[in-house]
Amino acid sequence: MGWIRRLQGSFPSADGTFDEEAQFHLDELTEAYIARGLSPDAARREARRRFGSVAVARDRTEDADLFRWLDDLRRDVLYGLRMLRRSPGFALLAILCLTLGIGANAAVFSWIEGILLRPFPLVAEQDRLFAVTGTERGTPGHTDMSWPDWMDLKRRSTLVDAFIAEKITGTTLSVGDRAERAPGSIVSANYFDAIGVRPVLGRGFLPDEDRGRGAHPITVISYQGWQERYHGDPAIIGRTQMLNGLPHTIVGVAPRGFYGTFVGYAFQFWVPASMQPQFNAGVYKLEDRGARWIEGFVRLKPGVTIGQAQAELSAIMARLESEYPDTNRGRGIHLDPLWRTPFNNAGAMVPTLGVALGIVLTVLLIACANVGNLLLVRAFARQQEMTVRLSIGAGRGRLVRQMLTEGLLLSIIAAVAGFALAHWLRDGVAFLTPPRGGTVLRLPGALDWRVFLAGGAVCCIATVIFALVPALVTSRVDLAGALRASAASVVGSRRAAWLRSTLVVVQMALSVVLLVGAGLLIKSFQEIRGADPGFRTAGALTTTIDAFTAGYDARRARVFQDELIDRVRAIGGVQAADFSTMTPFSYASPASAPIAVDGYVPPRDQQPAADYNTVGPDFFAALGIPIVSGRAFTRADDEAAAPVAIVDQTMAAQFWAGADPVGSRVRVKNEWRRVVGVARSIAARNLLEAPRPYFYVPLRQNPAAVVGLHIRTPLTPAVIAPALVREIHALDLNIAPGEVITMREQMARTTAPQRIAITMLIVFGGLALVLAAVGLYGVMAATVAQSTPQLALRMALGASASHVRRLVVVRGLALTAVGAAVGVVFAWQTTRLMGYLLYRVSPRDPAMFGAAVAVVAVAALAACIAPVHRATRTDPIQVLRA
Amino acid sequence: MKLFRRRKPDALQGTLDLLVLKILSRGPHHGYGIAADIQAISDDLLRVEEGSLYPALHRMEQLGWIAAGWQTTANNRRARVYRLTRQGEKQLAEQQEKWARLTKGVGRVLRFA
Repeated sequence: MGWIRRLQGSFPSADGTFDEEAQFHLDELTEAYIARGLSPDAARREARRRFGSVAVARDRTEDADLFRWLDDLRRDVLYGLRMLRRSPGFALLAILCLTLGIGANAAVFSWIEGILLRPFPLVAEQDRLFAVTGTERGTPGHTDMSWPDWMDLKRRSTLVDAFIAEKITGTTLSVGDRAERAPGSIVSANYFDAIGVRPVLGRGFLPDEDRGRGAHPITVISYQGWQERYHGDPAIIGRTQMLNGLPHTIVGVAPRGFYGTFVGYAFQFWVPASMQPQFNAGVYKLEDRGARWIEGFVRLKPGVTIGQAQAELSAIMARLESEYPDTNRGRGIHLDPLWRTPFNNAGAMVPTLGVALGIVLTVLLIACANVGNLLLVRAFARQQEMTVRLSIGAGRGRLVRQMLTEGLLLSIIAAVAGFALAHWLRDGVAFLTPPRGGTVLRLPGALDWRVFLAGGAVCCIATVIFALVPALVTSRVDLAGALRASAASVVGSRRAAWLRSTLVVVQMALSVVLLVGAGLLIKSFQEIRGADPGFRTAGALTTTIDAFTAGYDARRARVFQDELIDRVRAIGGVQAADFSTMTPFSYASPASAPIAVDGYVPPRDQQPAADYNTVGPDFFAALGIPIVSGRAFTRADDEAAAPVAIVDQTMAAQFWAGADPVGSRVRVKNEWRRVVGVARSIAARNLLEAPRPYFYVPLRQNPAAVVGLHIRTPLTPAVIAPALVREIHALDLNIAPGEVITMREQMARTTAPQRIAITMLIVFGGLALVLAAVGLYGVMAATVAQSTPQLALRMALGASASHVRRLVVVRGLALTAVGAAVGVVFAWQTTRLMGYLLYRVSPRDPAMFGAAVAVVAVAALAACIAPVHRATRTDPIQVLRA
Repeated sequence: MKLFRRRKPDALQGTLDLLVLKILSRGPHHGYGIAADIQAISDDLLRVEEGSLYPALHRMEQLGWIAAGWQTTANNRRARVYRLTRQGEKQLAEQQEKWARLTKGVGRVLRFA
């Protein structure tokens, strides 16, 4: 242990200052001169002359103190730790406040990093990748792209390095004897090369493997799948894997940590685009310019801006529009940076994460204000100590440094705890987001150096805010005045009181903002839950039946479906049941088709299109969609009968301008259909979108092997699911239904962003309120303590307890009122930033503003109780005598 | 001025160290006492500048050659008193030997050159 002592020895134990040492020297010199016979004055002058400049000597001595700053730091830290240990309550409270503030910020930074900025692990140069979607003139929102358009863009573009086509898909894989839904992707052959991901085993896809209908049944599997399903078998290449009922040869294994390029999911397999029909129930789209299904990316050449690329690609799309007017009229293209990708969960997460960032920054500010307040109280309690230190020659700079060190100490402890918290919270978004279709979402946070950097910056700024202000205020002490005055009157001097009141006002204001936000989101969420999607969600169950994977084609599937639906209707408690190709509120983008309507003349440059669903006769009854005019489909509407369609009210209004469409005709994909009914408009994808024209065609005229099954019954999924499996297995043991869930659950899954935001706002809004109340309590307690003599005097002169009570409460409420007013103004300006998270709620909803102010007022009153009580208990005689 | 004072030749500084160590080898002493002793013992031939003494004391303190502590003197003043450490004793012996060699060498050169 000798070296420790030596190390300690190398620090000057500067338990006094150089000035004191020099003073001693001067005194001794003076005395020596006096002894030689000089007058005291002359001796002092002579000693000063002999010694030279004290300042220079001090300067040089301090220069000599090589380790001085280190030593100061060591002593500041030790001193700081000692001060913290001496008041563990304060230390714990301050560290807790900061931990929550810093931890929450680090967690949100990590989500933004992991989900928005670098969403795809292992993918090279993501800043040159941009998401591509199609646009449709006159229609908001985005569409997908068609393969022939994609190929033409690729051939004609000069600014793009690579066009990466992909489409999320899925298959049912068996793990042991349990079936599991596995997400995967249909990709262009250049996929792995273009994103810079090298398979660890085998290869990616070869250039011509995305050509030819079903020509290349090959797949690259995920590392995780390789480990779990094949136990890391090194001889896996060349073996086959059943995907959607067809054996695919495994040609490669993706590297560990690569999850594909779709925010939210961990993909398990990739197939080349030539296998597309296999994953779309046999529908071949590679040669169909009207079939839009690609969700792709482009990698721009180095130095090319998104604006230049957008201009070039738009020009190419414009040429394609004139070359292929039938399919491409009004069709354009749009590029987005990855973080705004419209087709995966990134775009949906942007407002949520933005709100989250606002929330956590606010909480951090409140925490800082609180800790600053606590430090200020302590700083003034230590004013006597500071004054003494200043008067014996400690530099003001040193005092400020001491305070900053203490603040930094708190920050560092809190930062360590905060990052631990962030690490623990990094999967928080996925945790708050329910899985869809049995597939676990992957929405990870990434705690990398950038997050640490951002967290460190937040930490430093926080320290400066909460430690520097008190340090500066207290170090600017009027020495003479402070020494003359008693300690008690210095505590809570006017300036300090002003500063602390300001901090409380800021806290109150920020709390109001958070509470308003929380209130608006809660109301919005209630609106969503209470919103009418246009059909009866109560008592409706939904699931999927995939006969295609079991080897059925559409025609055979129809026979199976006919037999199954009779069996399902016979299950006790089932009131109605039928199939549809699209399930409301599912992720899948709705099928869309170009249409023409008898007697409707579209604007010259537009090709009218509408979303549609292919449904069985009882679909409307099963979901509770009223037919407002005409009739529903019947079993007789099959391939032998005349083609028919049912349109919804939105479509009727848009294309028939108020007239009853029943009896007139609509052309869908070059086939004229007779409109037999008008259905009430429903929200088909989610509640937030404006209603779009929508129509239905009979499943029996357009058979499909993969369908959703909807059942109207008062029974629960737990009761229906086993019965359903029994009925299916009675027909075919190879088919299993998907997850059986209620329609309400299906809808709830689309409101995940709102739920995440609400959860965070409620948790942090509550937290902020508690912190602000603690701050107000501190100020009120100090105010009462400070004005005890004054209160005592008033009471001695005959003021009643209620008068004193009123005096204190009025002061507390005045601060709260100012804070609330500032908060209301601030919230008024900022709540609209919540964007689409607010559903049918005005961002300036007066009720919610009122409620937030009321909650803050109640919290403020609660914070005043103890100080008021203390004030009324003042014993005038005792106080005035003291 | 300041610059010039900072650039003190190493040899002289070494000499000051040696003198201080030597004085302290007789017993603990404060800065003023050390300066006064050097002046008195050298019959006023050597005068230590305060502007050099204290930096030297603090530097040697860091090096661990000497240790310091506050004490109350006979006339009831608080003084920072320095004392030699074991390491300082070794250093003193070394420097004394080096000094002897140096003066011997310089003397010879002066005598025979």
